[in-house]
Amino acid sequence: MLDGHKDLLGLKDFTPKQIEEILETAKTMKYVLSQKNKRTAHLQGKSIVTLFYENSTRTRLSFELAAKYMSAFASNVTSSGSSVAKGETLIDTARTIDVMGTDVIVMRHGMSGAPHLIAENVKASVINAGDGMNEHPTQALLDLFTMQEKKGKIKGLKVAIVGDIAHSRVARSNIWALTKMGAEVSVGAPATLIPADLEKTGINVYNSVQEAIVDADVVMGLRIQSERQKSGLFPSNREYSRFFGIDPKRLTLAKLDALLLHPGPVNRGVELSSMVVDGNSSLIDEQVTNGVAIRMAVLYLFTRGGNDE
Amino acid sequence: MRILIKNGRVIDTKNNVDDVLDILIENGVISEIDKNLDYKGADIEEIDATGKIVAPGLIDMHCHLREPGQEYKEDIESGTRSAAKGGFTSVACMPNTNPVIDNVTVVEYIKNRAASVGCINVFPIGAISKGLKGEELAEIGELKFAGVVAVSDDGRPVNNPQLMRNALVYASTFDTPVISHCEDLSLQNGGTMNEGYTSTRLGLRGISRASEEVMVSRDIIIAESTNTAVHIAHISTRGSVEIVREAKKRGVKVTCETCPHYFTLTEEAVEGYNTNAKMNPPLRTTDDVEAIKQGLKDGTIDVIATDHAPHHIDEKNCEFERALNGIVGFETALGLGVTYLVEAGVLTMNSLLEKMTSAPAHILGINKGTLSVNASADVIIIDNAEEYEVNVSDFQSKSKNSPYNGWKLKGKALYTIVGGKVVVQDGII
Repeated sequence: MLDGHKDLLGLKDFTPKQIEEILETAKTMKYVLSQKNKRTAHLQGKSIVTLFYENSTRTRLSFELAAKYMSAFASNVTSSGSSVAKGETLIDTARTIDVMGTDVIVMRHGMSGAPHLIAENVKASVINAGDGMNEHPTQALLDLFTMQEKKGKIKGLKVAIVGDIAHSRVARSNIWALTKMGAEVSVGAPATLIPADLEKTGINVYNSVQEAIVDADVVMGLRIQSERQKSGLFPSNREYSRFFGIDPKRLTLAKLDALLLHPGPVNRGVELSSMVVDGNSSLIDEQVTNGVAIRMAVLYLFTRGGNDE
Repeated sequence: MRILIKNGRVIDTKNNVDDVLDILIENGVISEIDKNLDYKGADIEEIDATGKIVAPGLIDMHCHLREPGQEYKEDIESGTRSAAKGGFTSVACMPNTNPVIDNVTVVEYIKNRAASVGCINVFPIGAISKGLKGEELAEIGELKFAGVVAVSDDGRPVNNPQLMRNALVYASTFDTPVISHCEDLSLQNGGTMNEGYTSTRLGLRGISRASEEVMVSRDIIIAESTNTAVHIAHISTRGSVEIVREAKKRGVKVTCETCPHYFTLTEEAVEGYNTNAKMNPPLRTTDDVEAIKQGLKDGTIDVIATDHAPHHIDEKNCEFERALNGIVGFETALGLGVTYLVEAGVLTMNSLLEKMTSAPAHILGINKGTLSVNASADVIIIDNAEEYEVNVSDFQSKSKNSPYNGWKLKGKALYTIVGGKVVVQDGII
């Protein structure tokens, strides 16, 4: 329970103060992570279930590790190998998990709004681990945490997001959170990958990677999904990479000390060149570590004082 | 038993009647209509309609009764009860049943069911193409003689332009109206709501307005070039209104309809992933709503139809992208029209009723929608003064999928009389 929110469905609905509280708590959690003995008692006796309808490596594992580091019972349900494969409805699956004494359901689903649907139907807190093209709030929180850690602040930062904005839940969650926290956001993508009326979110929209990156404090690349190319939104990975890929030369347009982020997994040579992925500006590994800290913070804050206590 | 309706404001747009008159119903037909009819006797049921509107029963030229095949959503009995409650005395039901209305047997089945369990007039609409597959024409001539009032592949567009051309030309042989569901599926692109700021906010795939407008244009061009008539179903965008308006100016034989949701709701109703706001075409923007109202006002839009599309709770209480399109339409259409068009000064009561009675009757070529002497006594009495609250649990429809639950409306059918038989009395069926 965070300020009356049972669930973390998206950052669209959160205030800057609530976002700050999560980021602040994650600092403590990162300290825990750096210790030799990582076990804390924050979630002792709590039960966390991850319910993933889409593939995931880092998000699911980091939630699971976060829960275990804090002494929770952590279990996984995936769509294959469960009753989901037998045609059980989402609500029925979620209720089943709920009534087994589950405190938190961490859910990923290919359809936007799916976590909102189960949140209305279960007592457990629902944490959105990515829904369709809508939001991926813990990813954006870990991105903000990384920015704040390195730059000391978020307000006033110039953040460039480059890539498939239209289909990206990471981009949406970042846009909501960064604009609320006072950052200046620019996006760069071919026009087919920009969703309708995006400028109404109060950001700068460019059809050029260079314009988006100029003078940026943070450059965030997004994964290009191959099915976008198949559906004709751009002609080839080759052409995408040529006009929108982030390489060392383009990165020089950003500030000298600019940070390079990417939510992973990376298509090396498409949205980012390997030089950039492995370069000095890259914080991609750090993001993954911070992801565990953020998920620890979120699990702690949303189980605190909630439910039956 | 004879029925005498006294002192109501009688609005019969077909005959240009708008006056306080009495109506005598005898043997299922209107037998007399005049000032101060004075009949007394044990066989006379007198209804005092003072302060109320007396009109021909409403006609819905676009609905889904779901029978045969999907009786768990609706059937002809529940669907016609729902329609009667909403003031409709005649409805034309779309052919996307299972089996499809593409052969005489299904037409006969629906007519028989309507005669045995229906409480209003049901006019089947046949398919344009066999199985609604968009590949070859259904036997439109035979369907016509079996009793269909129009043909349509509603729910699915006729993708192949040559098939549409053949349908318009061939159907004209039998004077059968063709109703086109205008949607270019490649431009629809897997979308689930209107493309715009709300779809961007919610992370839902958008449906561009071009998906509708390209097909409206195509069908108008085909109709114009072949000098045939086409009726465009459920238009929802400013662009469609403008395309139809221009075509009418050129003399193209095009008519069109819209539905109450396109003049009362916008895409913002989808916020919170509200599946009761999911329809096809999708709810659009405030600007489109204004254009639809303007189109209704200047006559570009001929008809208000409901697109009554009942769905089971399980088909709506699910992921937005998985939810089925459409809403229960019969029981809110009149109230939405009176409240959001007449009370709001967009239409007069007369022109609202025209779009819900004589205009659809004219397009379908059915002898309904008028109070002429000897016309069948399909009459409603409307209370347009008292406000009421929509409560979906009171719906006669088997399904409750409506975005209007809790809305306060004016305009309710107090009486629905079908062929001289009182089906709804004092708002109770």
